[in-house]
Amino acid sequence: MDSVADLPPGGAATLIRPDPMLPRPFRVHRVHQDTRDTYTLELEPTDGAPLAWLPGQFTMLHAFGVGEAPISISGDPSRPDRIEHTIRNVGSVTAALVAAGPGTVLGVRGPFGTGWDVDTGRGGDVVVVAGGIGLAPLRPAILELIAHRADFDRVVLLYGARTPEDILFTDDLRAWAERDGIIVEVTVDNGQHAWRGRVGLVTQLVTRAGFDAARALALVCGPEVMMRYAAQALSDRGVRPERLRLSMERNMKCGVGLCGHCQLRELFLCVDGPVLGYDRLAPLMSRAEL
Amino acid sequence: MQTIAQYLPEHPFFAGLDAATTNLLAGCASNIHVRADELLFREGTPADHFYLLRHGRIAIEVRTPGPPMVLDTVEDGDVVGWSWVVPPYLWTFDGRASIDTSAVAFDAACLRVKCLANPLLGYDLMMRFVRLMNQRLQSARVRLIDMYGGTNG
Repeated sequence: MDSVADLPPGGAATLIRPDPMLPRPFRVHRVHQDTRDTYTLELEPTDGAPLAWLPGQFTMLHAFGVGEAPISISGDPSRPDRIEHTIRNVGSVTAALVAAGPGTVLGVRGPFGTGWDVDTGRGGDVVVVAGGIGLAPLRPAILELIAHRADFDRVVLLYGARTPEDILFTDDLRAWAERDGIIVEVTVDNGQHAWRGRVGLVTQLVTRAGFDAARALALVCGPEVMMRYAAQALSDRGVRPERLRLSMERNMKCGVGLCGHCQLRELFLCVDGPVLGYDRLAPLMSRAEL
Repeated sequence: MQTIAQYLPEHPFFAGLDAATTNLLAGCASNIHVRADELLFREGTPADHFYLLRHGRIAIEVRTPGPPMVLDTVEDGDVVGWSWVVPPYLWTFDGRASIDTSAVAFDAACLRVKCLANPLLGYDLMMRFVRLMNQRLQSARVRLIDMYGGTNG
């Protein structure tokens, strides 16, 4: 190599580790409206280099000129050439992201953080407890479970949403139950008369679900209040704390453990999390204002 | 199908009751069936039963100027109804079958007489219903948080 010009190009192909603060350009391939305020974006890397990631990880998704937000990857982990993010429109950045039509270029930093590590559930039951948009970060784990379905015993998905209209991935839920051998139980907080399903807390589903707690791996994602009650219910059923994993959300900014915005006492959730065992989280989750 | 006296001891709500008490409770009970959409009980009417659901689902509904709102659902194995222990013994909500439902119906007047005659039985039953009320109250309070209200993705 005689000069700088001989250096390989940047991005995933480079021999030098890419700058984690530098967004990679991705083009919106498809946008799917999941609910009234939630959309799934399929993104393709403009340079064609696939982005490897683990179920449970998140990226910082950048709407140029507006800002960036931490968004969990919600797609199929076997498709690194096309990543999906499911985004709820709750602010200016997410509004810009969900408004990005096909062809729009967005920036992607990451993937960041820890994954669900579903491999460790092989040979036992897996219980997935999701609340609201918390189903999105769990979807890749569920797809991984389905891809290796024979390696797991019972796979149970317990999902709570605010209303029937807020239920995500309805086609998936149906297919997972009917085609993929997953026990899917859904409940909502508020039901209209026409809703024939369950109304009540998702934690009540934990109490009655059929799984062998002693051999179970439990994955939980949703609002922190919901996770606290769900984790307690799973723990009460006998799931071991180290086999009970939660995806924690704080104000992720840098993604690399430098800025401290996502600090939870001694943890930087963008690198130590977002997925953490209940053995580490239990003492932190019950503290006020932490 | 099991008789009521056979079924009750297996149910968590009645766990730990001796055979004589179980038989006494079974003496106040009968099997009932409601079809989907039928009302099991109606707000404001006498709460003369409580129910132990064997199969199916009951939606606890509140009437509104529009369609009724479903506040909660109870299903296989759940107990529904505590208005029978709280004067003036009137249902406070509607209970409608979401799907075809089978239940054991306990006659409240029969039970109240037996509880008055046997305070130990009355205390034991009240403690079981207080636990049930506590679960429902906790569920209602947590849902007041509207916890699904504010995350990105």
